[in-house]
Amino acid sequence: MSFFLETLVGGLLAGVMYSLVAIGFVLIYKASGIFNFAQGSMVLFAALAFVTLREAGWDFVPALLVTLVVMVAGAIAIERFVLRALIGQSDLTLFMATLGLSFVIEGLAQLFMGASVHELNLGIDDIPIEVGPILVSQFDLLAAATAGALVISLSLFFNFTRIGISLRAIADDPLAAQSIGIRLPTLWRIVWGVAGLVALVAGLLWGARQGVQFSLTLVVLKALPVLIIGGFTSIGGAIVGGLLIGASESLAEIYLGDLLGGSVSTWFAYVVALAFLLIRPAGLFGDRAIERV
Amino acid sequence: MNAPEPFLVVENVEAVYGQAILALRGVSLTLGEGGVVALLGANGAGKSTTLKAISNLIRAERGQVSQGTIRWRGRDILGRDPSALVSDGLVQVLEGRHVFPQLTVEQNLITGAYVRGLSKLRIADDLERIYAWFPRLKARRQSRAGLTSGGEQQMVAIGRALMTRPTLVLLDEPSMGLAPLIVEEIFEIVRQLNRDSGVSFLLAEQNANLALRYADHAYVLETGRVVASGAASELARRDEIKNIYLGGGSAAAAKPTRH
Ligand SMILES: Nc1ncnc2c1ncn2[C@@H]1O[C@H](COP(=O)(O)OP(=O)(O)O)[C@@H](O)[C@H]1O
Ligand SMILES: [Mg+2]
Repeated sequence: MSFFLETLVGGLLAGVMYSLVAIGFVLIYKASGIFNFAQGSMVLFAALAFVTLREAGWDFVPALLVTLVVMVAGAIAIERFVLRALIGQSDLTLFMATLGLSFVIEGLAQLFMGASVHELNLGIDDIPIEVGPILVSQFDLLAAATAGALVISLSLFFNFTRIGISLRAIADDPLAAQSIGIRLPTLWRIVWGVAGLVALVAGLLWGARQGVQFSLTLVVLKALPVLIIGGFTSIGGAIVGGLLIGASESLAEIYLGDLLGGSVSTWFAYVVALAFLLIRPAGLFGDRAIERV
Repeated sequence: MNAPEPFLVVENVEAVYGQAILALRGVSLTLGEGGVVALLGANGAGKSTTLKAISNLIRAERGQVSQGTIRWRGRDILGRDPSALVSDGLVQVLEGRHVFPQLTVEQNLITGAYVRGLSKLRIADDLERIYAWFPRLKARRQSRAGLTSGGEQQMVAIGRALMTRPTLVLLDEPSMGLAPLIVEEIFEIVRQLNRDSGVSFLLAEQNANLALRYADHAYVLETGRVVASGAASELARRDEIKNIYLGGGSAAAAKPTRH
């Protein structure tokens, strides 16, 4: 029983991180209908930039601040100079643009910072600690707490502030939002800036866990099933979806891994997502258009 | 001495969509401060395009004004940022009741106040003002706007625009698809707003019969051109207007409407 609980809790902790990355997608999707495929490369870029500064002898805090500024400014610049020029193009064109962007970002990251695997140390020891009847990794716990704090602040911010309600208005009807003076570009700037911040936090936490390497970009493939389950437009959905994927993935790894020949976690999320897709195409919390006249 | 220029002056405006479809072919009209001017014409005549050219929402539809001038309060406003126009007091209510369906009625109204950056307290005052004009909305304030009736949605759209504290409202086909009784209610509120608060209205309508009862002046559009204009009372008496437009308009108004 306690082994089951440990597996479950470990999965949920990983799931918090999926939720965080998924929120980065949801915000951009709500504000502009763009599925930002480049989010994964932004995660890699953030981790690489931070590691490079650290290896060059920078202290933790200045390295963090500089990376933060680079990520937020870079994300805002992408919106301003790449996507703004494509306003009015089809969704597919916009998606292809972010796909292209992801290769450019990866290319730049490797050009300036190299392609080798770097170790990233955040100064948190990965020792197991006892929580009630179970053992949990201290690192996972702190990582999940950090990601969770960001997730909660973002959902409060985007649910209760003027900016949040404007964002929901834009997601519902961009033309009507403009007709009452809501500025779309302002919201775009904000959500891309937040996506930069999310990429930084995810990049550091994940990079510390598995080393800073190319595979960090694959978080984008983990976020996709989360979005299918939670719906592309719901922050709450991203949270629940992330936890569900994290938990089911880790349980499947343990209980189905031997049966199916290991490494279940690479594809199990997609099986869960597909099952949801068949039952609820709009996702658990996705906005189903109600009476669009 | 020149007489002061009218409140809104549209001169010889030509508008295209996607650089190919010519929707307006030289539209000119004026509106005096505190006036209610109707813009009449069949479906596709260019009424909505004229309003969007003024509010500059036309750009969001991949259209643009290719010729002509638009002046409001003596200033050239052609191509200005729609948001800047709204904060100066010029707001458009879109055709077809564009409410934010997932937001509540009250949240919809509140979004109209954002452009002015007001405190919560001032917003609450303004909300009460809107509820005084549209008591039905107060009763439904916590409902999702997408789940309210067509008439209520039209009231939300108008109320939300009024939250921007406009001096000029471009109102696009408020009667579309609504039952006659509701339409009367909405037009009565428009008249009251105009008389009590001095808000000017440029009102696009297919239902000429109805619009001419509330407007003081009107223009008739046909395939992107003004083909007739004059005082509303005078236009209402003209035979050709009656035959072409009032017939269709009153027939549409008499039809029972479902929603
Ligand atoms: N977004 C658009 N893209 C292309 N053509 C449009 C668009 N909106 C309107 N039109 C065209 O412009 C002309 C005028 O339309 P509109 O201004 O909507 O007329 P009305 O409001 O009087 O019904 C029509 O021929 C219509 O097909
Ligand atoms: Mg129209």
